[in-house]
Amino acid sequence: MGGPGNSRGPSRMGSWIGAWTLLVIVFLYLPVACGVLASLSQSRYFGFPITQWSTRWWQRTVDSIEIGILIQTSVLIALMVTAVSVVLAFMGALAFARYDWRGRKIFQRIVLLPIFFPQAVLGLALLLWFNTLGLPLSWKTAVFAHLVWIVPIATLIISIQVYSFDAALEEAALDLGATRWQVLREVTLPVLGPGIFSGALFAFLLSWGNFPLSLYTTGADSTVPEYLYAKMVAGYTPGVPTLGALTTGGAAVILMLGYVSWIFMRRAQGR
Amino acid sequence: MSTLSEAVAETVARPARRMPRRRLFSPGLLAALPVLALLAIGFLAPLIAVTAFSFAEPRSFTVFGAPTLENYRTIFSPANTVYLSFVWSLVFAALAVVLLALLCYPVAYGLAHIFGRWANLITLLLVFPLFISENIRLFGWVLFFIKNGVLDGTLKSLFGLELQSILFTPPVIVFGMVYVYLPFMLFPMVLGLSMVPREVVEAAGDLGASRLQTFREVELPLAMPGFIIGGLLTFVLAVGAVAESKVLGGQSVIVITHDIEIAFTYAQNWPLGAALSVLLTAVVGTLVLLVLRYLDLDRILGRR
Repeated sequence: MGGPGNSRGPSRMGSWIGAWTLLVIVFLYLPVACGVLASLSQSRYFGFPITQWSTRWWQRTVDSIEIGILIQTSVLIALMVTAVSVVLAFMGALAFARYDWRGRKIFQRIVLLPIFFPQAVLGLALLLWFNTLGLPLSWKTAVFAHLVWIVPIATLIISIQVYSFDAALEEAALDLGATRWQVLREVTLPVLGPGIFSGALFAFLLSWGNFPLSLYTTGADSTVPEYLYAKMVAGYTPGVPTLGALTTGGAAVILMLGYVSWIFMRRAQGR
Repeated sequence: MSTLSEAVAETVARPARRMPRRRLFSPGLLAALPVLALLAIGFLAPLIAVTAFSFAEPRSFTVFGAPTLENYRTIFSPANTVYLSFVWSLVFAALAVVLLALLCYPVAYGLAHIFGRWANLITLLLVFPLFISENIRLFGWVLFFIKNGVLDGTLKSLFGLELQSILFTPPVIVFGMVYVYLPFMLFPMVLGLSMVPREVVEAAGDLGASRLQTFREVELPLAMPGFIIGGLLTFVLAVGAVAESKVLGGQSVIVITHDIEIAFTYAQNWPLGAALSVLLTAVVGTLVLLVLRYLDLDRILGRR
């Protein structure tokens, strides 16, 4: 069934799909753009079109000590979450996708459960649990709360890479006399590098942007998303979209750097 | 929730019976232990605590009293309208899933089959919003829809039009859910679609199937696992969503998670909030466990 209709069809469909995708991307970024616009307005209350532009809210935000502390807390939590997630998720991914063991199928489903669970309810459940244990709430309990949600996600991301890993490589190394530790360090880890790296990137960024889990588990400490929410509900100033745009920019820079190094890692592997 | 203990019990006990020493801990179980321990302390235990609290005396802050069904009685009493919150949440979530499936299918198809070397960059653009806190992005929509906001201001200055803002109405809550959960529908769909071998689709075309027939009888069944995961994930997250109704909906409708939050915070009635959480968890958990049983995760994730 060659025919001109058949060969023209797919390319026309392709451009429709391309246009649709572009619309979806615009849809995703439109509110982000609105936030940036609002942050550049001089007046305290937002009105569009903007009559007077100004960067004074950016100046104030960057100078604010309070906001500096918020960012420190958020980064600290995200770094701790990343460090622990990578280790747990790497091992979890081996159990998920690499080893053939009794109970693997059940393990796979258990890993998915916290992802398929409303985060706000998980946050409240953790609040209750910490309270029952008598643990005082602080950024440390928030790290733990983030881990419950982020470790499973990182496990899935690393698993995808583990699935494509050729187990014969490890066996060959073992046959050639390498110890288990050597195999892990010199064969498994380098090959799985890009997957582990993506897992770490996701862990950091998801923790950085998380709101529902932080809300109930940080206690007196506060993260950037929590602070912004409090200000949105009561006490709007253009400082709110400014800080929002600032955190968005920070995440974008990290993602870009991450993406570029990820590409280099893949290149280095010769894929 | 007994699956966790069962998994541990089964994996520990069985190999031990056969090969006493060496296989007590297989490498797989050993690697799984840290994650299992985390989820036992951080997921299973809190859920047990919530369940225990749901049987505590109303308005008490300790679980160590005589158990009572008072909280459930309150929820199920005919005078209580909390069932409306459940209905709203389920309806909103169902609508969001349908809209997302329609919105995401063409994009997923493009990512799986058409965009080629652009697919990585487009994926990056579509993933990035996940890393911006949802309330920041929802607040952007407030700035867009609000009176004298971006939409209203543009229409006024260009066309002199004045429209009623849709902000703070129920439809905008569904809009917000569609917006926030888009990636959670899209990427499982991509995984599903990339499980469909191109040759099979081409073969169907060569054998004279129309495009619709090919879609319905070849692509859809083969890609179904991905679609099911996407639908389930977005449904579950949307049922538990609260920011959309608080930020965009302006509390015009109280969704179930909002009721739970109110019980835990303003009302200071933890046992009631816990009982509501148990009911929500039961709905969500039943659905998830039923669906997950039928999915072969190795096949879905193993594809490259």
